[in-house]
Amino acid sequence: MPEKILEVKQLKIYYRTLQGFVKAVDGISFAMERGQIVGLAGESGCGKTTFCNGLILRKKPMQYMGGKALLLGHDLMSANKAEMRKLRYTNISLIPQSAMDSFSPTKKIKTLVSDLVRQHHIEADSDFFRKVKERFAQVNLTPDVLDSYPIELSGGMKQRVLMVIATMMNPDLLVADEISSALDVTSQRFVCKLLVDFLRKKFVGSVLFITHDLSILYQIAAKIIIMYAGHLVEVAPTKDIIHAPKHPYTKALITSLPRIGVRFKDHKLRGIGGVPPKLLEIGPGCRFRFRCPFADEICEQKTPPVENINREHSIMCHHWKKIDRNEHEHSTKR
Amino acid sequence: MNTVQNDNHNTIMELKDVTKVFRRGFFRKENIYAVDHISFNLYRGNIVSLIGESGSGKTTTGKMILKLLKPTSGNIYYRGRDINLIKSARQKVEYYKDVQAVFQEPFASFNPLFRVDRIFDMVFSSLLPEIKSHDEREEQVHTVLRSVHLEPREVLQKYPHQLSGGQLQRLLIARALLLHARVLVADELISMLDASTRVGVLNLLGELAYRKGLAVIFITHDLSLGFYMSDKSLIMYNGRLVETGDTEKVYNEAVHPYTKLLLNSVPDIGFRWNMDKAFNPEHIVSDIDDFYNKNRNRYPKGLVQTGDGDHKVMYTL
Repeated sequence: MPEKILEVKQLKIYYRTLQGFVKAVDGISFAMERGQIVGLAGESGCGKTTFCNGLILRKKPMQYMGGKALLLGHDLMSANKAEMRKLRYTNISLIPQSAMDSFSPTKKIKTLVSDLVRQHHIEADSDFFRKVKERFAQVNLTPDVLDSYPIELSGGMKQRVLMVIATMMNPDLLVADEISSALDVTSQRFVCKLLVDFLRKKFVGSVLFITHDLSILYQIAAKIIIMYAGHLVEVAPTKDIIHAPKHPYTKALITSLPRIGVRFKDHKLRGIGGVPPKLLEIGPGCRFRFRCPFADEICEQKTPPVENINREHSIMCHHWKKIDRNEHEHSTKR
Repeated sequence: MNTVQNDNHNTIMELKDVTKVFRRGFFRKENIYAVDHISFNLYRGNIVSLIGESGSGKTTTGKMILKLLKPTSGNIYYRGRDINLIKSARQKVEYYKDVQAVFQEPFASFNPLFRVDRIFDMVFSSLLPEIKSHDEREEQVHTVLRSVHLEPREVLQKYPHQLSGGQLQRLLIARALLLHARVLVADELISMLDASTRVGVLNLLGELAYRKGLAVIFITHDLSLGFYMSDKSLIMYNGRLVETGDTEKVYNEAVHPYTKLLLNSVPDIGFRWNMDKAFNPEHIVSDIDDFYNKNRNRYPKGLVQTGDGDHKVMYTL
């Protein structure tokens, strides 16, 4: 059986505000294995970024409220500062959202890299930079990138620099938060291809890829997690999520994706009406009920339990069986 | 020259050999061709998508249409009139009543201190001063808000931060409708929106174009959105149009290597990329650049017919 890299159990991370708690990550559970790219998808404000930042560092007003996040058996939530410091960068590495726009404009890439690694007590000597240059060659960057300023690099180049720096210590888990979102289509595919290469060459043990774009996840991920308003509404292997989604939210997301071949004049896509709920002091009940066509009283009263459809496919919906059966009957009738 | 016949009476805007050169540097001056001799037309009730990556000049083109930038050479004709000749304040007001824009970042397009009703009031006082009665103004605002599927009572009393990105983009479209705009420049209209709200805004735009005869120039980097929305597609690379024509032709029978590269890079559910095959866009792009640098003066700038219809391609490898 493949080694489990990350195991999240009933994790709760809230924000403490004057009005009360914002339940951004509310009891989520899933596991990742070595050699996997796992995609985490959801709308903005659903808690994706809170979750991955929370894994690395919980700064106020972010507050850990319960549950576990085990990285190779170590609980990241109970680790103290010194232990976390050892794990960060060497075992778990993060490329934060829009990090490529956050380079210091007055520093050369080389200075940035050596500043960064020195923080983790790694000697930034010529030997280290020789390794950096080797990795640069793998991602089609020339060694003189090290001596350039961020303004001289394109978005795709900066993203590749980040990927190399983040994986220099061959971390077991790379958390990549929206690394493809601000890029052009061609660089997007290039970055995805490189990420897969990194995994094959064992530069990283596994990747948690956070994005709002399901079609990219379809290309690279082994497993997709659909997050909605702090809950994981559906977790399944990629092909099941894309071709046989069970949760009404996942279904709606997939049908709203524009694709080449679909035209407005011939076939109008349908979006999802309404907006995600505010997470401040949100009560029990299904969080998708405000936008769900199948919602009834039970959805309002009770938070749906996490049910396992099979070993790899779990879902959070009261009515998934009924919806599935109805659809099945509908399709056989036709 | 390359206008499409029988559409002449429907042509609302015509760009002819439009070029925009930016100068860079102080001691060593350098000319950057942001937009390089492009020509195309916009028609009533027609959506044209301008597709390209960052730095290809698509936004510059949009800005020239909006008279925010002056072309270095070439002309833009709006209903047969050169827009460069529009100089007086009165003429500009007339022009902006007809030509409106919606930009990428909805929150940046609104003054955060103004409530939505005040934004509409400003539109009336600056662009529609002839409508004075309060009731008439209110009625018109309510009509356009309903036509973009917004409930007037819910949005008018709110500040921009209390509304979602999708609602704000709808408000911008509503503003254009209030003026009875004939041309809408939609610059990356929905890039900042979520997948679920995107489709609503897109469908709205499509309906307006086909029902009200709005001419839309849909600037995007997303090929699947371009395909979904547009009747005609223009692929832009380094300031030049490299391939133009009916959307289905351009997508299904792409000729130019750059168009092919773009189409290859689009993530599509239903077709998985082959991850074992080498993929390096930089090599392909540098091959294209080399070709044009070597043959700079051998070919005329502009597009050639590929055979059928108005599918045109730039000289290529």
